[in-house]
Amino acid sequence: MKKKLLSLALALAMTLSLAACGSSGGDNTSGSGSQASSDGSITIRIGGIGPLTGGNATYGLATEYGAQIAVDEINALGGNIKLEYRFEDDTGVNETAVSAYSILKDWDVDVIYGCTTTGPCVAVAAETFADRYFQITPSASSTDVTDGKDNVFQMCFTDPNQGITAANYVKDNNLATKVAVIYNNGDSYSTGIAQGFIAAAKELGLEVVAEQTFPADTNTDFNVQLTACKNGGAELVFMPIYYGPASLVLTQANQMGYDPIFFGGDGMDGILTSIEGFDASLAEGLMLMTPFNAASEDERTAAFVEKYQSAYKDIPNQFAADGYDCVYAIYDALQKIDNLSEIAAMEPAERHEALCDALIGVFTSSDFKVDGLTGSGMTWQANGEVSKDPMVVVIENGAYVTQ
Amino acid sequence: MSKLSLGSMKGRSALSPFLNYAIVIVAFIALQVAIGMDAMSNSMQSLLVPVCCYIVMAISLNLTVGVLGELSLGHGGFMSLGAFSGIIVSIALKNLVPLSPLRLAIALVVGAIFGAIGGVIVGVPVLRLRGDYLAIVTLAFGEIIKNVMQVLYIGVDEHGLHMSTSEAGLLLSENGTAIVKGPMGAVGVTKLASFTAGFILILITLVIVQNLVHSRAGRAIQALRDNRIAAESIGISATKYKLMAFVTSAALAGAAGALYGLNYSSTLASKFDFNTSILVLVFVVLGGLGSIRGSIIAAAVLTVLPELLRNFDVKEYRMLIYAIVLILVMLVTNNPTIWGWISRFQRRKAEEKGEAEQ
Repeated sequence: MKKKLLSLALALAMTLSLAACGSSGGDNTSGSGSQASSDGSITIRIGGIGPLTGGNATYGLATEYGAQIAVDEINALGGNIKLEYRFEDDTGVNETAVSAYSILKDWDVDVIYGCTTTGPCVAVAAETFADRYFQITPSASSTDVTDGKDNVFQMCFTDPNQGITAANYVKDNNLATKVAVIYNNGDSYSTGIAQGFIAAAKELGLEVVAEQTFPADTNTDFNVQLTACKNGGAELVFMPIYYGPASLVLTQANQMGYDPIFFGGDGMDGILTSIEGFDASLAEGLMLMTPFNAASEDERTAAFVEKYQSAYKDIPNQFAADGYDCVYAIYDALQKIDNLSEIAAMEPAERHEALCDALIGVFTSSDFKVDGLTGSGMTWQANGEVSKDPMVVVIENGAYVTQ
Repeated sequence: MSKLSLGSMKGRSALSPFLNYAIVIVAFIALQVAIGMDAMSNSMQSLLVPVCCYIVMAISLNLTVGVLGELSLGHGGFMSLGAFSGIIVSIALKNLVPLSPLRLAIALVVGAIFGAIGGVIVGVPVLRLRGDYLAIVTLAFGEIIKNVMQVLYIGVDEHGLHMSTSEAGLLLSENGTAIVKGPMGAVGVTKLASFTAGFILILITLVIVQNLVHSRAGRAIQALRDNRIAAESIGISATKYKLMAFVTSAALAGAAGALYGLNYSSTLASKFDFNTSILVLVFVVLGGLGSIRGSIIAAAVLTVLPELLRNFDVKEYRMLIYAIVLILVMLVTNNPTIWGWISRFQRRKAEEKGEAEQ
């Protein structure tokens, strides 16, 4: 009997503690959300979501830090609009991403910034669409992220578009007539770009001699894939994969004496700096599409790189730059909202809805253009896709050279 | 592993199973009241359905690991089967069955059937063997399911279901939709799952598992676990009863998977990997092998804990703290010295009581 009572008491304690956490969370945040304060300044809360732990943590941390720098800059401007910023870990998993989003909702968030990776972003985008939060993602590039949702916008190219751009670039510059593709068929980003590229390449009359895949969890030996590319006589190997496996492909191709042009997507950004023990000379001649070049002499980029380096002891990649641009895009759009102070004075539950509609209006209006680190004169279509110029760089003497 | 815990679990499993129902029902009512009073944060509410899924997963795995005494390392594979079959059914029947609770129920049943089919395929050859072969085969099974789902494209149109290994190969008509898109997973799922559905699923799971364990068949299963040779000598068919427990466990995991899949708008095959299988095994081991109540409590607490830790200043270290909590619980629950203290304390109390009565 005693055991029974104890178990019941434990169960009760468990549920009560859940409920208690809930209520205390509510108390902490109520009334402290964004609002117009007496001096006329407006505070907007931006809640970020991305992987800070686990296999994709590099990308999540870069988006967190990049946006943080932009938030600090904007708050230092002393303008009318102040930003509050909080970033939650989603470990790259859908389930955790939805929990992270719920935590941000408890915090009375106004705008969602994220997620960093595609899978979690699709899951969260469905929630923000139903709840009416404005969402902008720095790097979730699948079309599923924005498909059928008017409130979700992307700062990066969509996967199929990136593949099509790459195929056009290969064709226009007569880089090769026989091409091969190596991609990760366990990854939606990689598969999306590869499928876009293969379809466009066939249309453009490029001969695709090999379509080689590897699964997400065994990515150490690429000899089979490389041999197939070599036997097919591919002059160019397109690799829409992340820089980790790409470095192994380059090393193993070198060992087998195969030297085609290697061409990568934006996931290749970081190959020169982020891998310990990788001989950077192997990456000479590698072409990649990245919207951001940390070595650029552009004044704003140089300032961003310097701030990032002093704060986080690392050279920023395009994820950080996309994050930085996202915050500025939100800030620019907020300034264009006429009745912002009216919206800011609303209750949290109504505020995010009003803000969502207002921001969608600004982002899809024809005269809204954002100049950022990853492109100038960026505009957005009604389906949430960004329009900006693609940029191809070649690695020469250990540095990016813009083509 | 299972043999060690027998002494400690026999006493617990003899306790009235009605207490488990009571705990679940009381918790459900308390949580519903909390939701009704608006006293529950969004983050806790978003955890309710996953917690229900993990509880069902833990109870069902406990049937294999605790009651049957066979180690299974691929429970996530059955969950995956259930999740994707449930999602496909729910989308394919959208026009035919407009009532969403009914569609959810059908999806759960189909998920359970697919889980059971997977269980039969794995169980029939493997459970005839002696030794830890089930662990090896289920481990491989989970990985195979994950890799198959990552290359499989499934779509639906008015002619029925289409299956292929590429999106273009689906040959869908204009009105067709691709439901599962290889590595992109299942997207565009309408969320059907609810806390009430999860609660009902837990109750059904409890009814099935507890009645099985306390039935004639359940005693045969436990006899096989305790001593296979002795059990076979009195005419118990080892393969039959092992298969019964294993397939039941796989079917329940399939139903839990269907509920899980229908709680999110998108589901990736990579979610149901080795880590998920091990996570559920951790719930079972920490809750106590064979203890259904332990499984329920462990699954609930360990799912909520990492999210609760976000609310504190230590959130950068939350996964580290989670790991430390796991280790501490494991040490404490298996420490004979601590159990010795507890039993000495109980004995002293009992003696005092006895003296007082005298």
